[in-house]
Amino acid sequence: MAINRRTFLKAAGLTTLAGVAGHAAMELLAPGALEASGPSKVGEYPEALTAKRWAMLIDTEKFTTAQVYQKCVDACHILHNVPHIPGDQEIKWLWTDSFKHAFPDQQHALVPDRIKNQPFLVLCNHCDNPPCVRVCPTKATFKRDDGIVMMDMHRCIGCRYCMAGCPYGARSFNFWDPRPFIENIDPYYPTRMKGVVEKCTFCEDRLAKGQLPACVEASEGALIFGDLANEDSEVRRVLRERYSLRRKPSLGTNPHVFYLI
Amino acid sequence: MLEKALQGNKAYWGWIASLLVVIGIGFGFYVYQLQQGLGVTGLNRDVSWGLYIGQLTYMVGIAASAVMLVLPYYLHNHKAFGKLVIFGEFLAVSAVVVCLLFVVVDLGQPQRLMNVILYPTPNSVLFWDMVVLNGYLFLNIIIGWSVLHAVKKGVRPASWVKVLIYVSIPWAVSIHTVTAFLYAGLPGRYFWHDSLLAASFLSGAFAAGPALLLLILMIVQKVSDLKIPKEAIQTMTKIITYAWAINLFMVLLKIFSAYYSQYPAKMAAFDYMFGGYGGEQLMPWMWNFVFLGVVSLALLVIPATRNNPVTMTIALVMVFVAGWIDKGLTMVIAGFIPNPFKVHTEYWPTIPEVFISVGVYAVGLLILTVLYKVALAVQRESAS
Repeated sequence: MAINRRTFLKAAGLTTLAGVAGHAAMELLAPGALEASGPSKVGEYPEALTAKRWAMLIDTEKFTTAQVYQKCVDACHILHNVPHIPGDQEIKWLWTDSFKHAFPDQQHALVPDRIKNQPFLVLCNHCDNPPCVRVCPTKATFKRDDGIVMMDMHRCIGCRYCMAGCPYGARSFNFWDPRPFIENIDPYYPTRMKGVVEKCTFCEDRLAKGQLPACVEASEGALIFGDLANEDSEVRRVLRERYSLRRKPSLGTNPHVFYLI
Repeated sequence: MLEKALQGNKAYWGWIASLLVVIGIGFGFYVYQLQQGLGVTGLNRDVSWGLYIGQLTYMVGIAASAVMLVLPYYLHNHKAFGKLVIFGEFLAVSAVVVCLLFVVVDLGQPQRLMNVILYPTPNSVLFWDMVVLNGYLFLNIIIGWSVLHAVKKGVRPASWVKVLIYVSIPWAVSIHTVTAFLYAGLPGRYFWHDSLLAASFLSGAFAAGPALLLLILMIVQKVSDLKIPKEAIQTMTKIITYAWAINLFMVLLKIFSAYYSQYPAKMAAFDYMFGGYGGEQLMPWMWNFVFLGVVSLALLVIPATRNNPVTMTIALVMVFVAGWIDKGLTMVIAGFIPNPFKVHTEYWPTIPEVFISVGVYAVGLLILTVLYKVALAVQRESAS
């Protein structure tokens, strides 16, 4: 079919008009619906928990037994369909390690026994200056305005550059298809495919529904979660009163997980 | 001109057929890896890059080394390199193809590869590595092919080719520099976080690359009518000697700054590599690197052994192998050990990983063979 200039201009004009009018009509009939295709907005739902800067405090004095830690880890891993893969190709969002390993630069011979012998919860630090975001070649890992470092598992190409970049060992790669390794699949949270990286997301899915992160809920008060930008928040009050540590502060990543000592 | 690759004797076709068999086996293992996931490799949570990314790193250096022929020939009019420049450029082409293939086989989701182009991310060094590697590939294909065309027609190459040749000189430096930045720009990876890294990458490459090229050319000389001018060999071995000496010097610089400062995190990588603290996988390789490096340097520095074909060949093989141990094997792995928790998790490639890597190299050799076959045929015709 031959097409002359006149027909082309007509068609182009009509298409533009339809586009503009269509957009206007959508705005009128279903306001905000089109924004779903735009950049995601935090706090679209009235019940959502929002903050300017999310942070987590880990009260190491309240974690008296290994069982409490395990409750937090289980809550996280069961809810997010984190598979249990034995060996060194495992997936971990939230786990425990010794003081010596979690704070390799701060150990010395005379660390108090309580600190030396108790396990420490470790997870993604949701850094202000996250190296993983800086190195990702596809923006599959990105930082939200509220400080949560996120993963887009559909965007990830599995280059694992973020794993090399993360100085906290907080990222896991799906070396295998994770589904056969999940005991009971939770239908309310997506499972992942092989070949992508995943990690803790501060339970952004739960925050959107007005719920605290799963580990915080399971911790019996040993984990405190809140808005660090809000001077009246509990996290700010506790940080003013207690001494706290962060992992590897000298690297300049500015972690937002604080360990109350 | 490509049809010239279709004429050859029994030995030529036998070589091609055996490469195809190796590629086939490698591809079979790749399909297996694609179905199962990267779990079939020896990689793990702590050592998330291994043999594949090591080969990428080493081959980028081999590709960059073409500049060691291009620069003396085009900038200093070193005539002895005249007929050899094309072989350097075609080695670069096949080396870059090998690099790109190693990136692909290392991906967890290779079908999403185009995301790197669909969502360009200038803050990622990997994005720039993709840009410079592909750019260098096209530069060398275009330059090599048009120069060869000019030779065939008996005319001088077009002036725009000259421009591209000048562009290719800093570009060659850029590909290895950007590859070094992949590592040197990471916090908390003390072994890599080193401002010398790009410079030491280049010095190692400018020794190992010409060494490989010279070895390949000596084989080509045996099976064809190619004559390598004696002067060309002498210049190349001198380049290799200086580059290799600088490279080994930089190894000593790193060891000094780690141990004299007594900085634990810096010492940890060398303790592990040379002393086996926390594991012994890399230790024998590192001591072999030291042995090969020192002996080959001695053979290259002494004029009598440098100019003796037998001892020179031994030295070239040693430089190539030592370079491979350094960049193709230990550099990438040791960067991950110990991990961020100061725990030593070791890594060793699995059988699928090795066969996939050998298959990728066979693809490179196939491309190299075809390109060299064409170049030789064209040069022979134009000479007669």
